[in-house]
Amino acid sequence: MITGLGVLAPTGRTVAEHWSSVLAGRSALAGITHFDASSYPARVAGTVAGFAAREQVPGRVVPQTDRWTHLGLAAAAQALDDAALDPAALPEYEMGVTTASSSGGTEFGQREIEALWRDGPGHVGAYQSIAWFYAATTGQISIRHGMRGPCGVLVTEQAGGLDAIGQARRLVRGGLRAVVTGGTDASLCPYGLVAQLSSGRLSTGTDPARAYAPFDVDAAGHVPGEGGGMLIVEEAEAATARAAAHRYGTVAGYAATFDPPPGSARPPALGRAITAALADAGLRPERIGAVFADAAAVPELDRQEAHAIAGVFGPYGVPVTAPKTMTGRLYAGGAALDLVTALLALRDGVIPPTSGVRHPVDELRLDLVRDGPRQADLEHVLVLGRGFGGFNAAVVLSR
Amino acid sequence: MPELTLEDLKRILRVAGGEDDPETLDGDILDVSFADLGYDSLAMLETVSRIEREFGTSLPDELVPDMPTPRVALDTINSRLRAAA
Repeated sequence: MITGLGVLAPTGRTVAEHWSSVLAGRSALAGITHFDASSYPARVAGTVAGFAAREQVPGRVVPQTDRWTHLGLAAAAQALDDAALDPAALPEYEMGVTTASSSGGTEFGQREIEALWRDGPGHVGAYQSIAWFYAATTGQISIRHGMRGPCGVLVTEQAGGLDAIGQARRLVRGGLRAVVTGGTDASLCPYGLVAQLSSGRLSTGTDPARAYAPFDVDAAGHVPGEGGGMLIVEEAEAATARAAAHRYGTVAGYAATFDPPPGSARPPALGRAITAALADAGLRPERIGAVFADAAAVPELDRQEAHAIAGVFGPYGVPVTAPKTMTGRLYAGGAALDLVTALLALRDGVIPPTSGVRHPVDELRLDLVRDGPRQADLEHVLVLGRGFGGFNAAVVLSR
Repeated sequence: MPELTLEDLKRILRVAGGEDDPETLDGDILDVSFADLGYDSLAMLETVSRIEREFGTSLPDELVPDMPTPRVALDTINSRLRAAA
């Protein structure tokens, strides 16, 4: 049972702000502001504007951690607050933390690498040893809130948020009382951006309104973003017993698959992840009210995803949306934020739109929700994530 | 000869290890352990590294566990600074 949500995203620094932005189709994509990107091939991004770490992260922790961890700590605190769950009142070994991370602490790392090359090894800070590390956000959340049960990090790029909540569900089934899960990423410094360019999947478009257009005839890669979301997964009976204020939904199904290597004759494995997640949920495809797509905006990857969706649901068989078009792809934060958005869609009975798409590719045969939100009586929704390197994950959320 | 004062140490601690409450380092802290002040071993490594840079001296990491309080740290570091002068 998911009882708390937290968001630090380009579309908003609270759950309510984010939800009102995506329902209005208000894209947060704009020129990169963290540094002068005018000489870089990718210049548009989704930035979390106005976030002051000092206001939301303990003073001791600020200099020890990267921006991605600051955002994660702030989102986790929001989610605990939303759940009205006080970790201090619960046995510390009955709570865990499982987050996703994709880039680690790149901005922090860049600063230290600069110090190393400019001034020498004696100038590299001691905190580099813990700040860059993928598990840093999980560890800092665990320390801050005294959640000392099983903790871990999933590093599966854009599939990470789904794999993390799959693991959180496993931990709760194994007897944990509550788990903080989700993910954030923040890799919009020069080093982080250059590392992303190596994937060949970044959009070089300079018009924020069109730079990220998945399933569109003009799809030419994605726009990167920062931030993400955090969720509280609680044991259902315990959540009911304490009359938790919010019961957003349950993780009814989860599956992960891995693509065959490049050049293999075997098909991509996303379809298998969808089928397995539905089987895990015990649901037939027609019960799914909406699909939150991965939306790579790389034509071949869009084709693969559309093929997988149509293969399970039939052509135009289910409403498909990609609100991440308003934030950019957030990597470890992407699917985590999609989970939050999907739970709000379940709560309010409305599918938020996809922005930036003007000319959908007809052959993909997708019922893409765009132009505006669509009312729908949703009971179950499917969230998809595909991570660079072959990761696929699918989660079914039920009201 | 340069000397590390308690005020220097407080200033460097604040930058190196951050602070939750600006008053933590106020008052008589000479004999309060760094751990009780909220600075763990990593924070002390960072602090010592910054002192090295600012005072142009070399302080081995092995010194850190032997300097549990500000008083011991000031004595240890200042005696090394005097020896080097």
